[in-house]
Amino acid sequence: MASLRSSASLLLSAASRPALRAAAVAPAAVRGMAQVTDGQQQNQMASGDQAKLKTFQIYRWNPDTPTEKPRMQSYTLDLNKTGPMVLDALIRIKNELDPTLTFRRSCREGICGSCAMNINGTNTLACLCRIPAEDMAEMKIYPLPHTYVVKDLVPDLTQFYKQYKSIKPYLQRDTPAPDGREYRQTKADRKKLDGLYECILCACCSTSCPSYWWNSEEYLGPAILLQSYRWLADSRDEKTAERRDALNNSMSLYRCHTILNCTRTCPKGLNPGLAIAQIKKEMAF
Amino acid sequence: MIAQRAGTTALRRVAGKPNAFFTANVSRLGRTQTLSTTQTRLVATQKLTADDETALLAKQRLHRPVSPHLDVYDKQQTWFGGSIWMRFTGAAFSGSLYTFSAAYLVAPLAGWHLESASLAAAFGALPFVAKGALKFLAAWPFAFHAVNGVRHLLFDYGVGFGRRTIVKTGWYVWGASMVGGLYLAFFL
Repeated sequence: MASLRSSASLLLSAASRPALRAAAVAPAAVRGMAQVTDGQQQNQMASGDQAKLKTFQIYRWNPDTPTEKPRMQSYTLDLNKTGPMVLDALIRIKNELDPTLTFRRSCREGICGSCAMNINGTNTLACLCRIPAEDMAEMKIYPLPHTYVVKDLVPDLTQFYKQYKSIKPYLQRDTPAPDGREYRQTKADRKKLDGLYECILCACCSTSCPSYWWNSEEYLGPAILLQSYRWLADSRDEKTAERRDALNNSMSLYRCHTILNCTRTCPKGLNPGLAIAQIKKEMAF
Repeated sequence: MIAQRAGTTALRRVAGKPNAFFTANVSRLGRTQTLSTTQTRLVATQKLTADDETALLAKQRLHRPVSPHLDVYDKQQTWFGGSIWMRFTGAAFSGSLYTFSAAYLVAPLAGWHLESASLAAAFGALPFVAKGALKFLAAWPFAFHAVNGVRHLLFDYGVGFGRRTIVKTGWYVWGASMVGGLYLAFFL
């Protein structure tokens, strides 16, 4: 801000001195900040090109008119004026075409897990999913499969979060740390948590699992089981036996039939299928 | 909630305020003597007690539709997944075992001829293609169940969970079971 202010005051005071004005404008041009004029120029350039129209078919349902059936509504955007990701397109539709379109979004960089939805048949995060620019085929966007729909693309994840709470996702210990300060673990033990702690609980994997579709009341689902394994594998946790006991029934864990849609869909590249296999293996031997 | 908001804005319009936005801002300007930078929204919020909220939520939950699942999910994963065909083939085999056993039990009473000799004679009378097709109908599920069974055993050891490996081995199982089924049907 300081540099902006000084250059502005220079501009104002030295408007009659062309040499100084040029000097003052130059650094402003070097600055990498986005400016309104830049955007306008880009838009003009883009509209000069061939318009790349893409149609998005989006699932709509409004809780205020519950008797109306869910329907698909299509929106057409020019990809030249839209950001590269599906979330950019959704935001643009909401801003410019239809403010009633409802979806969750927050971080737009794949760390919050809010914008999880079913895009072209697979679950993924809208902010990490590129709009395929090579073909002009329609894109279909649905909420996460087999969830109760709150509105449009917003699913009700109450049950999912309850299940997460049920596995006690926190460190359980009775003995104090030997040095009285922190619970230490070896590098090898820490390495076991890689690929597990990165899970952001977006529910993409759980809602891709047919077994979870039919049994979500009792089966925990891939995401929660991956989290479960994250605490089973933690060398600092002392309640491993209790955690295993809680899973040792016909429904919680063993409704997994290694369909492996979970691993194929995870937008973070994690492997819930493998985590569940590890739990089964540890329970068996 | 939004319906209620829409209702209140509609009411305001009917009440005959020509320009609610303008008048609201003028009164504020008169009061504070400065330009406000905050946004003015013509929505009304309604105070709800906790009980009302729960009741409203319960009412909404009754009406929530279930989002589409089998219809919209990637067909290749849901319909051609190894897991579901493992179940289909297994169910077909156990189903036909039960059916045939029950029929064999009833055969003397019903006067059917299901003895091996008469079945073999009936099968032998069929043309070659029909023989092969019938055999393939039994041989392909058997081959699929056997090959995919090995894959599932490997899964139980924690092997073969790579993203690409899953897709690849899935197609290998289809290919191997086709080849195996054709061999059992026509060359054995």
